[in-house]
Amino acid sequence: MPLFPEQASTLAPRVDALLFFLLGVSTFFTLLIAGCIVVFAIRYRRRPGNEMAEQVEGSDRLEIAWSVIPLLLCLVMYAWGAQLYFAAATPPPEALEVYSVGKQWMWKFQHLSGPREINELHVPVGLPVKVLMTSQDVIHSLFVPAFRVKQDVLPGRYTQLWFQATRPGTYHLFCAEYCGTLHSGMIGQVVAMEPADFQRWLAGGTGATPAVAGEKLFTDLGCITCHRGDAQARCPELAGLFGRTVSLTTGRTLTADEGYIRESILDPGAKIVAGYQNIMPTYQGLVSEEGVLELIAYIKSLQTTEAKGPS
Amino acid sequence: MTTAAALVAEEPRLHYLNESYGVRSWLLTTDHKRVGLLYLISLTGAFFVGGFFAVMLRVELLTPAGDLLQAETYNKFFTMHGVIMVFFFLVPSIPAVLGNFVLPLMIGARDVAFPRLNLLSWYLYVLGASFTTYAVVSGGVDTGWTFYTPYSTMSSTTQVMPTAIGIFIVGFSSILTGLNFVVTIHRMRAPGLTWFRLPLFVWSLYATSLIQILATPVLAITVMLLGLERLLHVGIFDPALGGDPVLFQHLFWFYSHPAVYIMILPGMGVISELVTCFARKRIFGYHYVAFSSIAIAVFGFLVWGHHLFVAGQSVYAAMVFSLLSYLVAIPSAVKVFNWTATLHKGTLEFRTPLLYALGFIGLFTIGGLTGLFLASLGMDVHVTDTYFVIAHFHYIMVGGMVMGYLGGVHYWWPKISGRMYPEGWGRLAALIIFIGFNLTFFPQFILGYLGMPRRYHAYPDEFQVLNVMSTAGASILGVGYLLPMIYLLWSLRYGEPAGNNPWDATGLEWQTPSPPPRDNFEVTPVVTGEPYAYPGREPAHG
Repeated sequence: MPLFPEQASTLAPRVDALLFFLLGVSTFFTLLIAGCIVVFAIRYRRRPGNEMAEQVEGSDRLEIAWSVIPLLLCLVMYAWGAQLYFAAATPPPEALEVYSVGKQWMWKFQHLSGPREINELHVPVGLPVKVLMTSQDVIHSLFVPAFRVKQDVLPGRYTQLWFQATRPGTYHLFCAEYCGTLHSGMIGQVVAMEPADFQRWLAGGTGATPAVAGEKLFTDLGCITCHRGDAQARCPELAGLFGRTVSLTTGRTLTADEGYIRESILDPGAKIVAGYQNIMPTYQGLVSEEGVLELIAYIKSLQTTEAKGPS
Repeated sequence: MTTAAALVAEEPRLHYLNESYGVRSWLLTTDHKRVGLLYLISLTGAFFVGGFFAVMLRVELLTPAGDLLQAETYNKFFTMHGVIMVFFFLVPSIPAVLGNFVLPLMIGARDVAFPRLNLLSWYLYVLGASFTTYAVVSGGVDTGWTFYTPYSTMSSTTQVMPTAIGIFIVGFSSILTGLNFVVTIHRMRAPGLTWFRLPLFVWSLYATSLIQILATPVLAITVMLLGLERLLHVGIFDPALGGDPVLFQHLFWFYSHPAVYIMILPGMGVISELVTCFARKRIFGYHYVAFSSIAIAVFGFLVWGHHLFVAGQSVYAAMVFSLLSYLVAIPSAVKVFNWTATLHKGTLEFRTPLLYALGFIGLFTIGGLTGLFLASLGMDVHVTDTYFVIAHFHYIMVGGMVMGYLGGVHYWWPKISGRMYPEGWGRLAALIIFIGFNLTFFPQFILGYLGMPRRYHAYPDEFQVLNVMSTAGASILGVGYLLPMIYLLWSLRYGEPAGNNPWDATGLEWQTPSPPPRDNFEVTPVVTGEPYAYPGREPAHG
């Protein structure tokens, strides 16, 4: 019977260190209070010679002491926890990307180099992996206890989590947010492999890469008729868009990330690029969440070609 | 406290229980004591129905496979367990039963400020409970007590609306009780009973009432918006309709986190009464204990976002909510330290209510300290939505509030019924509950850290041993809860007559006969001193 979860990511030992600090403080105070209660219960029990209590005033000094000391300890817990949270919320830029769509009741994963998986996620050991996630129905939550990571997966927007596995192995992957009848069946496994094994596994996969699938969609959906990428185009050029700063008609600017591109496909009128008309129809209902992710992968790939040139 | 008025010497022949008979005299009563008893009966029913669902959940979890109940049934059972226990037992428990019964007595009043409104609040409770009962018998509801959207609005095919309407209605019962108590405490105190002569239970009820009045309307709004989306497809929470699912969580927890303090503050108030009475000692740091209740009520409104650390809220919002959550821990810690210090140099008599109080302090300490784990951002990511959270809030709500409730029921039972409960059975039940509780919920902390998610009908094999321990504990706990119901009923007929003040306690409620007459006091008491003015010995020197 395990009493402690496996540590299989770079984050896990850090979370566990915080756990031991919290456990230490809590155990100390629990024993302090329980110890006082037991000692007082024996020493001051009612018996002949102790029929009357000794009435004392309170003590301002004690009150301040037992407010300030716990407060200081709390601030340490706060700062420590916040620092970990920040680390967990900020994927390294070089992280390998995986797309995920949650639905009642399965997890779908798409590797950028092609393979798709259901309820199973293969990742390399020693490299950061970022999972970009959305849901096509209700809220889910991706939870890998051995990695100490968890993030809700929401319909209508992207969330992400990242981890770096440290030990090859097979680990539980749970849905942690109640999502309906077979919630407890929405589970799977993360398979962490040595990088070489992972490469071999990737190579054995079939199917087009999402960027290639996205390019096909881009043509099939007719996106290409407007987003032609030349000077006469009625719509903004998409090459090099990802990660660029975009100016809007409202005067605001934003960085073109996955969420922005997703919104522009499904709700094109929400944020219009300066200098363009609101003429694009919505693709809500015409393209699945996986399709949107493929389009994003395609747009990102345009970026790579532009920035780095043919390789 | 002392009163200038001489107490009536002869046994009162007429009291609130025998001044009139018949169903009508109860269902149309405006006597706060009878309304308290109406609540006691209804809440006991709710507690055992909610408990039945809990037992079924624990039995299902004996084995890793989902075999006894179907997944659908299991989901409905944990939802009904949560809905009934939170909205129909914990929120009203101490305020509506004990508060109703003893608040006017404790402040030397004839009744609450609005007796008819008080009765109305019970009818609203019953009406709300009827809708929820209808939801249960007509198929049940499976959203979890948190009703997260868009599952609750667009996906679930179960009885969401009747349940939601039930909660909407019972919320008004809660608001009216809070309103009544605030006005009562402001306007009905006996001559000489200044704010700082109030028993601490009254302070805690006051703080609770503020939350009930200010937070519960937000629940009503949230439930109404949920209904609009579910019935009329107005896009509020569902992104497919242009809504935002996280907005629901903000609104829901804006009520439901303060509601956690509705569920614990009155329990804390009861503990202050029990500890002083059975240590025969004035409370240590009266002002600190009193103001910590208010501080908890105020800070409690500012921490709801700590339920959303992995829900997709901004990192910076999470930082602020985490910090504020730590601040709310301090007044709770202050209370625990002051209760413990009150025991120091007391003369402790280990009657049943004191056992519950000591159990409360121990279990609340563990519940509170594990709250610090959840307030810590980096830790919360791992343990949120697991059994760690389940264990944590059961330590607060069951280890804390239910212990406080039972302690209070035993303490005031002689006043309520005029009879003593059997002391030996009382102590035994308290012990059984303490042991059963820890065996049920402590293993769940470990399960949670191991990663077992909550609301799982089936689970991986390696979690089984701890789940079996938990289920074994729950069966002990179940026996523990049945015992008081049996012997308290027994005592109504066979218990020793209690007399006015069996505990030799100082509160005004003990200066009137047991059971009290219809109007509580023969002569309005006049208060001349501090509460908890127990006789003292000289300090021991050397």
